[in-house]
Amino acid sequence: MAEYRMNAPLSDADAEKLRCGDVVFLSGVIYTARDAAHKRLMDLLDQNMELPFDLKGAVIYYVGPSPAPEGRPIGSAGPTTSYRMDSYAPRLHGLGVKASIGKGRRNAEVINALKKFGGVYFGATGGAGALLSMRIAEARVIAFEDLGTEAIRELKVSEFPLLVINDSQGGDLYVTPDRKAVGLE
Amino acid sequence: MRTLDSDVIVDAVAGMCIHANRYLPEDVQRCFAQCSSKESVPAAREIFRQLTENCTLAARTGLPLCQDTGLACFFVELGQDLHIMGRNIREAINDGVRKGYDEGRLRKSACDPFTRANTGDNTPSVIHFDIVPGDTLRISFMAKGGGSENMSRVTMLAPAEGWEGIRKFVLQRVAEAGPNPCPPIVVGIGIGGTFDYAPVLAKKALLRKLGDRNPDPGLDAREKELLADINKLGIGPMGLGGLTTALDVKMAVSPCHIASLPLAVNIQCHSARHEEVEL
Ligand code: SF4
Repeated sequence: MAEYRMNAPLSDADAEKLRCGDVVFLSGVIYTARDAAHKRLMDLLDQNMELPFDLKGAVIYYVGPSPAPEGRPIGSAGPTTSYRMDSYAPRLHGLGVKASIGKGRRNAEVINALKKFGGVYFGATGGAGALLSMRIAEARVIAFEDLGTEAIRELKVSEFPLLVINDSQGGDLYVTPDRKAVGLE
Repeated sequence: MRTLDSDVIVDAVAGMCIHANRYLPEDVQRCFAQCSSKESVPAAREIFRQLTENCTLAARTGLPLCQDTGLACFFVELGQDLHIMGRNIREAINDGVRKGYDEGRLRKSACDPFTRANTGDNTPSVIHFDIVPGDTLRISFMAKGGGSENMSRVTMLAPAEGWEGIRKFVLQRVAEAGPNPCPPIVVGIGIGGTFDYAPVLAKKALLRKLGDRNPDPGLDAREKELLADINKLGIGPMGLGGLTTALDVKMAVSPCHIASLPLAVNIQCHSARHEEVEL
């Protein structure tokens, strides 16, 4: 398990060298999107319309931040549960997205898309919203402002702490529960 | 008869919303420290370290502990000899939520289930009322996040399934939830009542302090047995493996119909934010 400092957007080479269990401190530009924003991105794609950000190498952070207090760019900003974006993620990976950041398990389609398109799924610590907020230097709403917390924001992050959960080789870091130990199997 | 101005309720509720979202109860923080010291998996210790630092940072900066500041849930015990002046009590509580979520820069997470349009002020909250003897008003507030609430379930077991059926359902639920509800979790279990009442029991059980004892010795033993079994699943903090999948198990029981065995499992994430006030 290695430790890397990387910059977003991610290059193909960066994404492909990562293995599950690696720690990554990510700097650069990433984009927020959760349930409602993903739905709108799909609508734009269906209508062949331009998207609010360049998908090439993009890192999408599944987060709905709390409102920014006076003097800070953003409020608390930890990950939301990722499975709700599973139905959208493969299409976005096919169009150039290199990574998503969230918490919790992905389904087989997402894991296959990571293999097929050379992407990764990063975990950030759920519920550590104040801690993660400290690594966000700038935040700007770039689309769907009416969605409030669910709007798409461009974030400038600095050494944002991540763990590779799923890599481009099909690896999965999450533990399989020991059902045998408690007589469930 | 005692009277209470509804403005007092508004301010008390607003204060609880803000404070509970910034400061994790002491018993929860203490439990982090105890569980962390038992972990040998480096990732598990690292998660506990981050959660502890997160508490320090939230207290220092005033940022909420988690960006999901929850749907506002309340358990209210209203003394039957108390008269509330001004607004009705439900409106007073909702006004308190509006005020607290606005002034505390908390996230508004309430939306229409179909259109998904945000209601804009985190109301309506979910309020359970109980009328009790006396002339005081006790309000318990819980900021319930969506991630752990989504992993909760209710089922109607056959009476023949008994304790073994209950045990298996709970363990299966925790195993299936895996890393999704931000483990280490607290598991609230409601047994008995009706289809609608079992989940209320489960949620209310989550208000108890971590590490306390169930006043019923039989239930206390079952809570301990389940906690040990849940932790044998090995999911660990954030699903990365380790000894602490759950911080505690809290059980509440009520008689049920001779044909039924209702069971509710309400999962609470590590960000177990709740507070209570007596007015
Ligand atoms: S499950 Fe709890 S800790 Fe995790 S993101 Fe939701 S509210 Fe926060």
